[in-house]
Amino acid sequence: MGPLWLLALIAGLSFFGFILGHWKSVVLSGKGRSTLAARPGYYGAYVLIWTAMPALLILVALSIARPLLAEHTVRANLPQQVLDNPTQLSLEISGVEQVAAGLKTATPEELENIRIGVVTARSVFAGHGLPLGEDVRPYQLIAASALNLVSDGLDTAVDIAVVAALAFGLIFAFMRVKPRLRARNLVENTVLALLIAASSVAVLTTIGIVLSLLFQALQFFSMVSPINFYFGTVWDPRFAAAGSTESGQFGFLPLFWGTIYISFFAMLVAVPIGLFSAVYMAEYATSKVRSIAKPLIEVLAGIPTIVYGFFALTTVGPLIRDYVAVPLGLGTSGNNVITAGLVMGIMIIPYVSSLSDDIITAVPRSLRDGSLALGATRSETMRQVIMPAALPGVVGAVLLAMSRAIGETMIVVLAAGVAARASLNPFAEMTTITVKIVNQLTGDLEFTSPQTLVAFALGITLFVITLGLNVLALTIVRKYREQYE
Amino acid sequence: MSAVQTATPFETVRTPDPASRPIKIHAAAVKVTYGQKEALHGVSIDIAEKAVTAFIGPSGCGKSTFLRCINRMNDTIAGARVEGTITLDDRNIYDPDLDVVELRARVGMVFQKPNPFPKSIFDNVAYGPRIHGLARSKADLEEIVVTSLQRASLFNEVKDRLNEPGTGLSGGQQQRLCIARAIAVSPEVILMDEPCSALDPIATAKVEELIDELRANFTIVIVTHSMQQAARVSQRTAFFHLGHLIEEGPTDHVFTNPLEQRTQDYITGRFG
Repeated sequence: MGPLWLLALIAGLSFFGFILGHWKSVVLSGKGRSTLAARPGYYGAYVLIWTAMPALLILVALSIARPLLAEHTVRANLPQQVLDNPTQLSLEISGVEQVAAGLKTATPEELENIRIGVVTARSVFAGHGLPLGEDVRPYQLIAASALNLVSDGLDTAVDIAVVAALAFGLIFAFMRVKPRLRARNLVENTVLALLIAASSVAVLTTIGIVLSLLFQALQFFSMVSPINFYFGTVWDPRFAAAGSTESGQFGFLPLFWGTIYISFFAMLVAVPIGLFSAVYMAEYATSKVRSIAKPLIEVLAGIPTIVYGFFALTTVGPLIRDYVAVPLGLGTSGNNVITAGLVMGIMIIPYVSSLSDDIITAVPRSLRDGSLALGATRSETMRQVIMPAALPGVVGAVLLAMSRAIGETMIVVLAAGVAARASLNPFAEMTTITVKIVNQLTGDLEFTSPQTLVAFALGITLFVITLGLNVLALTIVRKYREQYE
Repeated sequence: MSAVQTATPFETVRTPDPASRPIKIHAAAVKVTYGQKEALHGVSIDIAEKAVTAFIGPSGCGKSTFLRCINRMNDTIAGARVEGTITLDDRNIYDPDLDVVELRARVGMVFQKPNPFPKSIFDNVAYGPRIHGLARSKADLEEIVVTSLQRASLFNEVKDRLNEPGTGLSGGQQQRLCIARAIAVSPEVILMDEPCSALDPIATAKVEELIDELRANFTIVIVTHSMQQAARVSQRTAFFHLGHLIEEGPTDHVFTNPLEQRTQDYITGRFG
């Protein structure tokens, strides 16, 4: 049976177990021997959990173990000279797996023909719609048949184990259903375990991402010293030509400057506009206007960044070049920092405005009333009472928007270009960390050269920067919350 | 019973003021509507100068709504509409030419829950004088703040920590801070919306004592749920019920010898 059939069986039997458990508890309580410790549904769920859980765990464990065992079998049957060539090993193993798949399609007659050498395995497999790149070598045939044998055995073992677990769980739990059984506890604990599992997936993924970045980054730093990386002012990684020993220069500073500079202009656009529109929405707009305008502003956050990118490329960039940069004699390129900052700023307006709006609205009405009752105008109230009270939260919103800006890639590629350069001229082409990560990871890759690995060093640095900003933002927001609760 | 009352045309029972104080605020046929719902059905009352007038009545009777009409705080509520006239020193406060900011500087308000701004004690009190430009110099401002705190009987408790946040004070101190904040803009009238309902008995006693002292210089209107409080601090009492002003008169008279059955029922605890 395939895993899908097994899952269906588990589902079916578990449901059956639920009915059985429910039925038994109802019957037991109906005899009036004693009242139940829980409602019948809990007894049903109790049997269901006992039926499904062990079987599922076994299925998952064996599914994880299977490929490992299969690979072990293949390795054990490969000749020594193949094993000695580690770079080709994974290719060889997948070759064997293909042959094994082919052998499964062949009829016994054809297998016999292959064995005595009347036809080649390759032509037989091709006849069954499985073309191979090259002729099948004898040792591959041996390894493939061993693999088939082992995987067939494993399939049977999985089937037996799962069915046994199902039967055991169902019977065991059904026997244990008694009026005094605390069925609720198991159900509650299972729910708890599921919830914990769900949250750990998120946490473990983060840890996994950090670790994968970290190891590759460490590999990079073993080739290029961190001092050269973090304090280098020239970004010139060269191409990772095969056999080339020259590795170029990996100066982080131009990228960092580009990132900061573009984000600065983005914030220059987003913070005032976002904040003012938040103030309008929260304090002045009637609820009707607010209910229409707020979603409209939030639409800005939903536009794909590539769309912003070509808006910048075809409209904003040329406008700024023709009407500002060229007349001022500061640049001749449609790709520049101002364009990227402007367009990115528009994109993050809703991050600032929406969060700030919520925060301003959360300032207690009593403070507004207190100020208005003293004869303050609305704008005086806003500036002197509400904004100071909301400020920590607004700062948090701004920082969140900023980490969004720092991580933005698409707009930068199209609006500011890919030239790594540190210049004060905002009409010059510049680029950011994320753009260079994409650059270094595009095309044919060799994960042993610094040209590629530098992407991971950049990635982890960016991760640390945005993580720092987010932590700062959350700390400020939390502090703000304590003030009113 | 309620249906009958709201349907019939209404006549407030009035007992004149034996002390014949001058009239500070005169309200005539004030109606307030929130959206479709009429909360006040035409209230007329004269409020005497330099005296404490207490508004009593069960929850939802319209006494706070009427109080908020006097400094036009109802303007800040979306959908609220006020009809009728209210004059302050013979000037209609709902006149379109009247500057509401100026009105609120003359008619201060203290709220049910102490609402100090998240600023220092000093800045809380200095807020009003600053926005109205009442102080010509820093020393002037300091004097206003100190005087206001003294008049609110808070100065001795906070004089060493004027730069600490006002939100760090106890509930009773916070409420007196709010009173000091209201006094600092030298209003003529102070409206108090259940100023003691969030305070413990000791803090309440202090605030009541303060109200009694403030009467010498300000016209005070206080909404309260505590009949003892109304009896202790006020000279005149007005009893509201279901959006009507049922009875108004000298406090001792209203409490000892109410002319209206419903007033009698309410003050003896029969309903409410």
